Amino acid sequence: MAKKKFVVACYDDDDKVFPAIKKCKEAGYKIHDVYTPFPVHGLDHALGMRETSLHTAGFIFGITGTTTALSCMTWILTSDWPQIYGGKPHFALPAFIPITFELTVLFAAVGMVMTFMWICKLAPGVKKHIFDVRATDDLFVMPIECTSKTNVEDLEAFMQSTGACKVNVQVAETEWWWGRYDVDDEPYLINDVPVEA
Amino acid sequence: MSLFKYESEVREPLVKGNKTYHQITEDIIKPIEVKPTKLWYVGLVIALILLGFGVLSVYQEVVYGIGQWNLNKTVGWGWDITNFVWWVGIGHAGTLISAILLLFRQGWRTGVNRAAEAMTIFAVMCAGQFPIFHMGRVWMAMYVLPYPNTRGSLWPNFESPLLWDVFAISTYFTVSLLFWYSGLLPDFATVRDRAKTKLRKLLYGVAAFGWSGSTKHWQRHESLSLVLAGLSTPLVLSVHTIVSFDFATSVIPGWHTSIFPPYFVAGAVFSGFAMVQTLLLMVRHVLGLQDYITMGHIEAMNKVIVLTASIVGCAYLTELFMAWYSQNKYEGYAFFYSRVNLFSPYGWSYWGMMSCNVIVPQIFWFSKLRRNIALTFFMSILINVGMWFERFVIIVTSIYRDYLPSSWTVYYSPTIWEIGFYLGTFGLFFTCFFLFAKYFPVIAVAEIKSVLKTTGDNYHEKMLPAEQMTAEEFAHEYAH
Repeated sequence: MAKKKFVVACYDDDDKVFPAIKKCKEAGYKIHDVYTPFPVHGLDHALGMRETSLHTAGFIFGITGTTTALSCMTWILTSDWPQIYGGKPHFALPAFIPITFELTVLFAAVGMVMTFMWICKLAPGVKKHIFDVRATDDLFVMPIECTSKTNVEDLEAFMQSTGACKVNVQVAETEWWWGRYDVDDEPYLINDVPVEA
Repeated sequence: MSLFKYESEVREPLVKGNKTYHQITEDIIKPIEVKPTKLWYVGLVIALILLGFGVLSVYQEVVYGIGQWNLNKTVGWGWDITNFVWWVGIGHAGTLISAILLLFRQGWRTGVNRAAEAMTIFAVMCAGQFPIFHMGRVWMAMYVLPYPNTRGSLWPNFESPLLWDVFAISTYFTVSLLFWYSGLLPDFATVRDRAKTKLRKLLYGVAAFGWSGSTKHWQRHESLSLVLAGLSTPLVLSVHTIVSFDFATSVIPGWHTSIFPPYFVAGAVFSGFAMVQTLLLMVRHVLGLQDYITMGHIEAMNKVIVLTASIVGCAYLTELFMAWYSQNKYEGYAFFYSRVNLFSPYGWSYWGMMSCNVIVPQIFWFSKLRRNIALTFFMSILINVGMWFERFVIIVTSIYRDYLPSSWTVYYSPTIWEIGFYLGTFGLFFTCFFLFAKYFPVIAVAEIKSVLKTTGDNYHEKMLPAEQMTAEEFAHEYAH
């Protein structure tokens, strides 16, 4: 658990976020993240993020499913309990295809969703700090991390100049924790005033 | 003199009215936050009564045995399997809308995909009940699963289409559920962050899994949706293909047909879209979502309906042609006596199917009729009646008279408990759907927001000045 101080700038339009990111980068400020109500295309590249390799995980889970299905059916029908069904040979590959296909899809889908939840830290009971409740409604929220050298007033003024509609200072936990959203289990500070529940 | 036209004049806006992001949230989330209407309670109570009757019917079957149904040696599959295939077919439209239309970049899917996927999940839940209780000794249902056991280990027959069904339908249900729920996470977070009451904050907080809207998460979410769509597309085609294998791999005249897989898939899409129309027309009216589920959406779905109606029509005629062309007398009897002959015992069901599925839906070639709400609603119900007839025709008319005339069945008609089971699944389906419509965002809020800037009045206003510019002005303005 690590608490950090942030200057949080909120923008009311996705088109205002891109120039703001450019300005922040030029000024050398460290952008913690941008929280948006919907996927804004190109934002990941603007922030310098690399492509996700989630689909590679999906592929690996998929071929795991394929091999699981094929090897299990082959073992069961050729060595564990060999039986002849409908005059087919013990190793009747065409008749194995439907189940092999279904298990490929099942493993890939379940594996990918689990991986997605693991790397994004999403699960029932997980709680994360919300910089602005309207980040899931209509605001594009960009917290800038403050270091010991940062002049907070200057940074606030700078963020105002980038076209933000709202700027405030917050001390926030950056990691996730187990918690409930209906209870305030961490006293977060917005503009140095404790938040009301 | 305008140089360019940015907005297609043929394509209608996906969202009507000059909406802001906040307004979209308000319009779609509001129904969750207010008390339900009287109509909703009435609907829910009716659904629960049907569900209760269904539970009683299933109780009768489980306690007194499968003899509570009018199935017999000749008609071994009757209403139960008819209803199973019918419900599974309905369950196809959701994934088709959310997956195939995503891959084809059809913008209009955003307005309808959430409700269609919910419908898919509920329909598959209903479908699953029939084969499970058809087993008779339902407490041994787990025997279909391949787990090491003390009976040998004795394994199920992996080469049987009935076992393929077990795998296909459980996979389809799981993948649809994951796809649907991963799409719901951001919208649950929206409800959570707007919530005024403690209980709502708690429940939607748990349901949203701690979604924050971080850019990295969105990037992964997009990737996840795309791959899940890519996986679901062959999956949705495989499921009804495998259901059709239940029939096509047998040697019963009327079932033993290689046209079944594509014909079943087309029929499934057909009935699924009809059910989506039935539900969305109600949701749109009751929740006042006319700006999001527009005439354009309804017309687009009616176009899919007329296309798939024509495909199944072709399939029906191909079957008849093949029955004649093969000169097989059993095949000929199944098609030309048991089905086409209106005066044979089940001739009424064949002609019911033909008129509801093929003949009447042709009216949707006319744009005026495609855009008529009352007619669309009526047609959506008629088509599902027709599709029920189709399954009944395939199953019962093929088996009620087999090779041995001494075992020909007397007229098969269902008992009250068979009908009750069917009504019970309606109860289950609508109970789930009413709860969904009240407690879930029925339209994908985040997805609508992401298409807002490229469609509708906002886009039109933004692009109007650009359309008036000369080439030089345009190049100056837009050359970054």
